[in-house]
Amino acid sequence: METPVYPAHNYLSNGHGLKSWLLTKDHKRIAILYLISISAFFFLGGLFAVGIRLELTTPQGDLFQPDTYNKFFTLHGVIMVFFFLIPSVPAVLGNFLIPPMIGAKDLAFPRINLLSWYIYVIGGIFTLFAIVAGGVDTGWTFYTPYSSASSSTNVAATALGVFIAGFSSILTGLNFIVTIHRMRAPGLHWFKLPLFVWAHYATSLIQVLGTPVVAITIVMVFAERAFGFGIFDPQRGGDPVLFQHLFWFYSHPAVYIMILPALGVISEIVSTFSRKRIFGYSFVAFSSLAIAVFGFIVWAHHMFVAGITVYAAMVFSFLSFSVAIPSAVKVFNWSATLHRGSLSFEAPMLYVYGFFGLFLIGGLTGLFLATLGTDIHLHDTYFVVAHFHYIMVGGAIMGYLGGIHFWWPKMIGRMYSEFWSRISAILVFVGFNLTFFPQFVLGYMGMPRRYHMYPDEFQVLNVLSSGGAAVLGLGYLLPVIYLVYSIKYGEVAGNNPWGASGLEWRTQSPPLTENFLEVPTDIPEAYEYTPKVIREAKLV
Amino acid sequence: MHGHDHAHHPALQHHFSTMSQQREAGVLGMWVFLLTEVLFFGGLFITYTLYRMWYYEAFAAASKSIEITPGLINTVVLIGSSLTMALSVRASQTNQRKATVNWLIATIILGSVFLGIKVYEYADKFEHHHVPGPSFQFASEHGAEGAAHEAAPAEGGHEVTMGPDQLQRTTQIFFSLYFVMTGLHALHMIVGIVILFIITWMAHKGRFDSEYHAPVEMTGLYWHFVDIVWIFLFPLLYLVERHN
Amino acid sequence: MGGIPLFPEAASSFASEVDALYLFIVAVSAFFTVAVSAAVVFFAFRYRRKHPEEIGAHIEGSLPLELLWSVIPTIIAMVMFAWGAKLFYEMRRAPAESMQIYAVGKQWMWKFQHTGGQREINELHVPVGRPIKVLVTSEDVLHDLYFPSFRTKIDAIPGRYQTLWFEATKPGRYHIFCAEYCGTKHSGMIGTVIVMEPQQYQDWLAGGGSEGTMAERGAKLFNDLACNTCHLDSGQGRGPSLKDIIGKPVELAGGQTAVVDEAYLRESILNSQAKIVKGFTPLMPTFQGLVSEEGLAALIEHIKSLSPQAAASTPAPVPAAAPSTSTPAAPAQGARR
Repeated sequence: METPVYPAHNYLSNGHGLKSWLLTKDHKRIAILYLISISAFFFLGGLFAVGIRLELTTPQGDLFQPDTYNKFFTLHGVIMVFFFLIPSVPAVLGNFLIPPMIGAKDLAFPRINLLSWYIYVIGGIFTLFAIVAGGVDTGWTFYTPYSSASSSTNVAATALGVFIAGFSSILTGLNFIVTIHRMRAPGLHWFKLPLFVWAHYATSLIQVLGTPVVAITIVMVFAERAFGFGIFDPQRGGDPVLFQHLFWFYSHPAVYIMILPALGVISEIVSTFSRKRIFGYSFVAFSSLAIAVFGFIVWAHHMFVAGITVYAAMVFSFLSFSVAIPSAVKVFNWSATLHRGSLSFEAPMLYVYGFFGLFLIGGLTGLFLATLGTDIHLHDTYFVVAHFHYIMVGGAIMGYLGGIHFWWPKMIGRMYSEFWSRISAILVFVGFNLTFFPQFVLGYMGMPRRYHMYPDEFQVLNVLSSGGAAVLGLGYLLPVIYLVYSIKYGEVAGNNPWGASGLEWRTQSPPLTENFLEVPTDIPEAYEYTPKVIREAKLV
Repeated sequence: MHGHDHAHHPALQHHFSTMSQQREAGVLGMWVFLLTEVLFFGGLFITYTLYRMWYYEAFAAASKSIEITPGLINTVVLIGSSLTMALSVRASQTNQRKATVNWLIATIILGSVFLGIKVYEYADKFEHHHVPGPSFQFASEHGAEGAAHEAAPAEGGHEVTMGPDQLQRTTQIFFSLYFVMTGLHALHMIVGIVILFIITWMAHKGRFDSEYHAPVEMTGLYWHFVDIVWIFLFPLLYLVERHN
Repeated sequence: MGGIPLFPEAASSFASEVDALYLFIVAVSAFFTVAVSAAVVFFAFRYRRKHPEEIGAHIEGSLPLELLWSVIPTIIAMVMFAWGAKLFYEMRRAPAESMQIYAVGKQWMWKFQHTGGQREINELHVPVGRPIKVLVTSEDVLHDLYFPSFRTKIDAIPGRYQTLWFEATKPGRYHIFCAEYCGTKHSGMIGTVIVMEPQQYQDWLAGGGSEGTMAERGAKLFNDLACNTCHLDSGQGRGPSLKDIIGKPVELAGGQTAVVDEAYLRESILNSQAKIVKGFTPLMPTFQGLVSEEGLAALIEHIKSLSPQAAASTPAPVPAAAPSTSTPAAPAQGARR
C-alpha cells in the first residue's frame, strides 16, 4: 500500500478568491456552494427544533409565547423542507457526482446550474427576511384560509421565498434530466448507470412535474393575501380544500424528492462496502421510477378527514399502499446484496445500517397512515410527526450524511477521523430513536401535533423525546468539526480509498475541473467488482 | 455530420463534444422547461375548471361582461406573431441574417401590440370595478339597494338566477382567476419580448448561421408555447356561453 | 415501558377494533423490522471482510425472489387496506337512529348545541350507549374535532357540514382536541367530553336549556328573519313549503334532483340560488353573514321538526364523510350550478 499524493491541480486549486467561486460554472464548485448554504439552513432549522423541544419538556407552555412557538415549528418545517431536505442530496451530491459518474465534463447547462444556486439563495433571503421581520405561523403547509385570510404574520414573504426556491429545484431537475439523457460517455447505456443516477433521474421528474403546481398554488395564495383575490377563502366563495389538493399534489411527491436521492446513495454505499453488485439491479432502478410515478397519485391520503368522499378516500388508501411495495423491494434487495458480500464497516456503512433501521420503521409506520381505519385516529397527531421524521430525517438525512462521508474523500481529497465519524453515526442513530420513537406512542395516545401546551399525561414521553434530541444534536454537530478539520489536516485520500467501482473513482481526488483527463471509453457493467478494481485502487 | 470539423465552431461550449450534442441538449432542455410550464398553467386550469363547474352561471355572466373585440384582435395578433417567429427561425436556418432580424423585430412589434391592448383591457376593468378586492363591484349598479329580493339582471343583460351577493362573490372568483391567468401570461410575454430583444441583437451581430441557431429556435419554441396558452385562455375567459 | 400508557382509553364502540387493527399492523411491522434487521446484522458478522483484497460473490439477482418479496407484501397490504376500509366505512356512516349534536369550531373554542337547546363551550355531555352524530363546521379557519378515546376525528371546514359519529361505551371524562392547526391558541382549543349514564344524562338535560329547544329557537328565528312570509305551509307562498321535506328528493329548476338533508338546507339558506326548487323564482336573498352558525343550526332543526314522520329516522343516511356540499372529488359537485 503506497501513500497517495494530494494532486497539485484540481478543481479547488483552479482559481482563488471569492469571485472564482461566486462566478464558477464548475458543477463541483456549485455543489460546494450548495453544501455550505444548505448546512447553514440545516443548523438554522435545527435551532428552531431546539426551541420546540425545550418548550415541550413541560406541559404548561411556559417557556415561549404561543405565537413564538407556532413560528418556531413553522420555520423549522419551512426551512428544513424547502431549504434543506429538497436541495440536500441532489444539489450537493447529485451536482458533484452525476457528471463524473456518467463520464461527462459538466452538467448540460453549467450557467443554469449556477443560476439555480443564486435563485435558491434569493429564495432563502426572502425567507430569512420573513424571519427577521417577525416570523410566520401558518405551519409549513400554508393551509388556507388560515394562511390566506387569518394569519397576521409574514406569510407573503415566506411564500415568495418558497416560490422562488422552487424554481431552483426545477432548474436542477431539468439540468439532471438533460444531462443524464445527453451527456453520458459513449458506451454508457442506461443499464450500466449507477443506481444513484437512476434515483436522481426519478427525482428530477418529480421536481420538473410537481414543483410548478405548488408554485402556481402559492401564487394564488399570494394573490389572495396581497390583493384580496378570492380563490381559497370560503368568505369569498372559495374552497379551502382545493388548496389542499393542489398543495399535496406537489408536496406528497416532494417527500420522494427528499428520499429518492438518499435511496440512490444507499445503493452506492451498500455495493461498495460489500464489494458486490446490487442484487436485482433493474428492480432497484425501476422501483425508483415506480415510486416517482405512484407518488403523484396518492396525494389525497393527507386528506382522509378533510372532507373527501368515503369512496375517494378508499381509492387513495388503496393507491397509497402501491408506493409501499417498491420501497419494500428496495430494502429487500439491499439486504440481499449483503449476502455473500465482503463487508466492511467504515462510517458510510454505519450510516447505511442506521438507515436500514430507521427507514424500515419509517416506511412501515406509513402503513398505519395509509390504512383508513387507523389514519382517522392518527391523522394530525404526533404519530404522523414521528413517521415523517423517520422517513425524512431517519431516511433522507442518514442517506445524505452517509453520502457525504462516502464521497468526502472524493470531494476534498482528504480523509476525516475514522473514530469520530463512527461515534457520530452511532450518536445520530441512538439520538434519533430516542427523540422520535416516543412520539409514535404519543401519537397513538392522541397528542395532536403543533401543540404548544399539552395535558400532563404526555409529559414523560415528551421529556424523553427532548432528551434524545440533545443526543441527536450532538451527533449532527460532530461531523461539522471533524469534516472541517479534515479539509486541512486530514490524510490524503487517494483516488479510490474505498475500492469502489464507479467512474467517479477513476479520476483523481479532488477531481480536475473537467473531471477526467480523457473521457472514459471502457465502460464496465455497473458495480463490477473484480480483483483488478481493488488492485487499481491500491488498497492492497 | 459529427466530424470534428464542427467541434471548432466558436459557439461550442467546452463540456460538449459536438455541436449536435450541444443542440440536442438544448432542445431537450427547452422541452422539459415547457413541460414545467404546462404544469404551472395546468394548476390554474384545474382551479378554473372546478370553479367553472361550481359557479357556471357566474362565470358565464362575468365572461359576457368582457368586451370580446380586444381579445379577438389579440388572438389574431398573437397568431401572427407566431408566424413571424417561425419565419425568423427559418431565416436563421438558411443564413439570411437580415431577414432573421426583420422577422424578429416584427415579432417584437406584434408582441408589444398584444401587451398594449392588454393594458387597455386592464384599464377598462379598473374603471368598471372588475378588479377583485375591496372595490370589486359586479352587477349591483343594475339593482338598487333594498331590491335584494329581486333577481338582479347581470351585466351584459344575461339572465341569472343568482342573487346579487352571490353573484358578487362568485364573479369575483372569475375575475381573480382572470387576472392571475392573463397576468401570468402577460408576464411570460414580457419575458419573451426581452429575450427577443437579446436574440435580435445577437442576430444583428451575425452570431447565427445554419450551423448554430439554437437560441433562435429555443426562443421560437418558447414564443409558440406562450401563444398556445393564449389560445386556451381566450375561449375559457372570453367565450363562456357566447353561443346563445 | 413501565408506567407509560401506550393506549388512550377505549371508550367508543369502534375503539377496540381500531386498536385491534393497529396491533395487527404493529405486529406486521415488528415482524419485518426484526426479520430484516436480524438478516443484515447476521450478514454483518457472517460476511465480514477477512482479507483486504476480498470481493463479494457475483450474483445478479433472482426473479423468483423479487416476485416473492413483491407479492407477499402486496397481499399483506391488501389485508390492511380491506380491514381499514371496512372500519372506515363504519366510522363514516352514522346509524339512522343517531342523536344529533351540532359543533362549531371557532378560534379558539368548541361550541356544541344539543337539539334540546342546551349549549356548551369546550364541554360536551353525551349519554353512554347511544349513537351520536355530530355535524361539524367552523366559523373561521380549519379546525378538527378529535376525540382520541373514541378514535375518531373530522375536519371542521368553514362553509360546510362534515359529519362524525360515535357511540360511547364507558362513562367518564375524555379529551376533546383540535387536531388541525388553527392559530395562536390551537393547543388551548381543547375540551372534555363527559359520557354519562342515560339517567344522569336526562338529569343533566333537565338542568339546562332555559331558552327552549333548538327547534323552538329556530322557529323564533324563522319569524324574526321573515322566512315565514314566503315559506307558507300551504305551498302557495313565494317559496316552497318546508313541511315534510326531510329525506325526500326535490326536483330542481335545472332538472336535477336533490335530497333534502342538513347540508342542502344549509346551502339553501346561505346561497339560496345554488339549488332552486322547480317552479319557484329565485327571489330569496342570501343569508350569508346574517345568521350565525348556531342560528343556522337552529333553523335547520326547526325545519326538520316540520317533518315529524321523518324525525323518527332523521335524517336520510347521508354518506357521512361527504355532506353533499363541495368537495372537488365529490360527484355531487356537478349539481351545484
